[in-house]
Amino acid sequence: MNQPLPATALGANAVDVDIRNVDLSYGTNHVLKGINLHIRPGEFFAFLGPSGCGKTTLLRLIAGFNHADGGEVLVGGQDVSRLPPWKRDVGMVFQSYALWPHMTVRRNVAFGLEERKVPRAEIDRRVAAALELVGLGHLADRRPSQLSGGQQQRVAVARTIAIEPKVLLLDEPLSNLDAKMRVQVRRELRDLQQRLGLTTIFVTHDQEEANTICDRIAVMNDGIVQQVGTPMELYEKPTNLFVANFLGTANILPGRVLREAGERFFDIEGGVRLPIPAHVMVPEGAKLVFRPQHASLGRDRPSDVWLPGTIVHSEFLGATLRYGVRIGTAEVSIDTPFQTGDALHQPGASVDVGLSLRSALWLAA
Amino acid sequence: MAGATTAGRAHAPSASHRQFFRTSATPGQIALALGIAAFLVLFLVIPVGTVIYVAFTEKGTGGFTLVNFLDFARTDLFIRSFWNSFYASAMSVVVASIFALPLAYITTRFEFRGAMIIQTLGFLPLIMPPFVGAVAMLLLFGRNGTVNLFLDDWFGFKIPFMEGLNGVIFVQAVHYFPFILINLSAALRNIDRSMEEAAQNLGSSGFRLFRRIVFPLAMPGYIAGASLVFVKVFDDLATPLLLNVKDMLAPQAYLRVTSIGIADPMGYVISVVLICMSILAMWISARAMRGKDYATVQRGGGGLAKRQMRPWESALAYAAVLIILLLVLAPHIGLLLLSFATIWSFSPLPDGFTLAHYGRVFGESFIYVKNTFIYASLAGLIDVVLGTAIAYLVLRTRLVGREWLDWAATAALAIPGVVLGIGYLRTFYGVQLPDGTPLAALWIMIVLALAIRRLPYALRACYAALQQISVSLEEAAENLGATKTRTIRRIVLPLMTGGILAGFVTSFATAAVELSATLMLVQSNADAPLAYGLYVFMQSAAGRGPGAALGVIAVLLVALCTFASHLIIEKSQKAKTAGH
Repeated sequence: MNQPLPATALGANAVDVDIRNVDLSYGTNHVLKGINLHIRPGEFFAFLGPSGCGKTTLLRLIAGFNHADGGEVLVGGQDVSRLPPWKRDVGMVFQSYALWPHMTVRRNVAFGLEERKVPRAEIDRRVAAALELVGLGHLADRRPSQLSGGQQQRVAVARTIAIEPKVLLLDEPLSNLDAKMRVQVRRELRDLQQRLGLTTIFVTHDQEEANTICDRIAVMNDGIVQQVGTPMELYEKPTNLFVANFLGTANILPGRVLREAGERFFDIEGGVRLPIPAHVMVPEGAKLVFRPQHASLGRDRPSDVWLPGTIVHSEFLGATLRYGVRIGTAEVSIDTPFQTGDALHQPGASVDVGLSLRSALWLAA
Repeated sequence: MAGATTAGRAHAPSASHRQFFRTSATPGQIALALGIAAFLVLFLVIPVGTVIYVAFTEKGTGGFTLVNFLDFARTDLFIRSFWNSFYASAMSVVVASIFALPLAYITTRFEFRGAMIIQTLGFLPLIMPPFVGAVAMLLLFGRNGTVNLFLDDWFGFKIPFMEGLNGVIFVQAVHYFPFILINLSAALRNIDRSMEEAAQNLGSSGFRLFRRIVFPLAMPGYIAGASLVFVKVFDDLATPLLLNVKDMLAPQAYLRVTSIGIADPMGYVISVVLICMSILAMWISARAMRGKDYATVQRGGGGLAKRQMRPWESALAYAAVLIILLLVLAPHIGLLLLSFATIWSFSPLPDGFTLAHYGRVFGESFIYVKNTFIYASLAGLIDVVLGTAIAYLVLRTRLVGREWLDWAATAALAIPGVVLGIGYLRTFYGVQLPDGTPLAALWIMIVLALAIRRLPYALRACYAALQQISVSLEEAAENLGATKTRTIRRIVLPLMTGGILAGFVTSFATAAVELSATLMLVQSNADAPLAYGLYVFMQSAAGRGPGAALGVIAVLLVALCTFASHLIIEKSQKAKTAGH
């Protein structure tokens, strides 16, 4: 995939996608509930969420395979909500690749151009260019069944970009590959998207995939967009417990907020009381959330507060030691860097858990 | 794909494990294999080999010769018969396609009320052999049949539905179109929705989409069904004979052997031609299917998207479906009317109704029903025993040459019934019992011929049943101390029961109405099965009533069996999914 940029596909032509108030139900099952999203031109954007959250439904709605009960979808400022799939010019790569088994690779890739009545010579040129772009020029006369999973995936991508779509939709394109191929192909996809400058939407349930290749992510659950942001924003500043939990490991301590003499405290369930820093917003019913690496064990490192805890178990992970520690009624994970000669805390041992309040969050569901 | 790799990996150790422990076959397995081989050689390979041998030997001297084939090519009657058979088979495929295409397309592509009923009714013709319906079709569509009488009254013209080859084509198409319907519907249902959506996404729609994506993907299924229809029509003997069409190949083979004699080489030459045509059609079908496993349905996905029909489309679809269903059910309706009719001639409907025919059938002709039960049960039993044994030897042992058993048993598919019948006559007529009766005259020969004819189908059922049982279930039993034999008895057979039963019922039901092989082998009325009795009755005008009554009984018998096998399969599948 190291061919030079084709002259026809340039980021300058990239369009935005605007999803406004989209609602969709299947019978009594409310699948999408008032979705609003704006995907910027040339952006690599992910819909991330657990299965059944509505992410694939939303993607298929952009392609025209599902129809919204309300709201509209604008591609490059044009409302496409009422267009049939074949008039939309949004290329989709299917999860199963959907390569037609009765056609060769070349004929699969040529299909969309033939439907557009592109002259033969131009078709040949563009098919060759698309296949070169994904590094499969030499396999053009094979049948899809003669290709490996990774190659099939690239043919599916080539078939879609050959029509030079306004937007590229990827429906879990890595889910049918083995773990090693997945890492390689996602880099290639990112690389390709960057060179084409094509607005791309990527559906996945795998946060690592989304984090590594996307510019921004919309985290979805239960038919609702929970939060939109860059991978770092979502990790550092999740706005609710779902997002905190879905991206990386989150420790959650239940408790309640107390006010005494103008100061706020967080009373951890079955444990101790912490001061809440003055500038922090604490929503109703919030819980204390922190990442495993934002706490330390023992008093030899400076910290804002110390919580009494009991070691439950320990796991040696190489670079770090991960402890399960009971604090009040909850059990949390705490990572400490491993250095040669460090002794393990034994289960049952009492420890002081140091917590940096700057990195702690108070989030509600 | 991730799932597939893990499954593959999980499977690999058990396969090598099996290889390690099962490289040598036990004496019991060898004995079993030899027994099956002897049976197949004796009752399939030798009779068919004899037919081919006789076709290539000079009468009298016994030397190799092609002169018989030259005679065949020089005789106008045979050449005409060949082209008539070819034309009738090809046209039957065309007419059957006209019935099957709309039904398959409408029920798989649209939200269509009654789709289930159509798919079920579509099977109905298969449970009645075509020659049974032929007489009923004559009464309904013949020159002075119901339809033409009405046409003549109202419009003053008649349509020659049943004249000569037209009759054969019409009757065969009505009876065999389900093969195309079933295969084509399955092919259409196996196309994943994403195949179509990908085309729409790239700008394709409407008829272009159908022509470029849907139709090519369903093509292998269509060819499979069409080639089956072609072979069935080409090999059928009884329908042309009943419709008094004699210049077709299969009837010629029969007539040569029965009227001129068993020594006349022409019957054998025609048999070789029939075998060649069968193999050719199967080869074409296999070529069409090769490398084209187009079943693209993904896990969780469900075939093509069905869409709602507009009101006028819906009206059109219902009208088309109704006409087709009326046509294909006509033989059944006609047969039922005929079985209750006093006199039915030159009138749209019978003159009066009576139960006398049933009385006669249950009285003097009940021997046919009894014989059929005995023959079909024995044939079915032989089939599932052989089928289970072959499936076990092929799938679970490493016996050298075990695939040959499978190939030999499956090769029976290519042998037309009339050819097998001729082969049995020739091979076993010379062999005599101590009291002087030739072996070929024994009723057990009918049973063996039926068993060989139905074996390929029963074998597939047993194969499928065994394939679904994970090897680890057997290994677990062996691990806990069960010997191979005890493992088979306590684990394998109980788990295969559903499949074996289904195989038995299918063999039984189809053997019960099989005629082409038995027509040759029945020596006396007392030994005759139902299909033979039907054939005899239907040949005379006076016998039509009782014949129809016997036909209705046969249809009911087969319908009951088919329904039972359906229930068994469903139940065993339910039990299996509950177990998971």
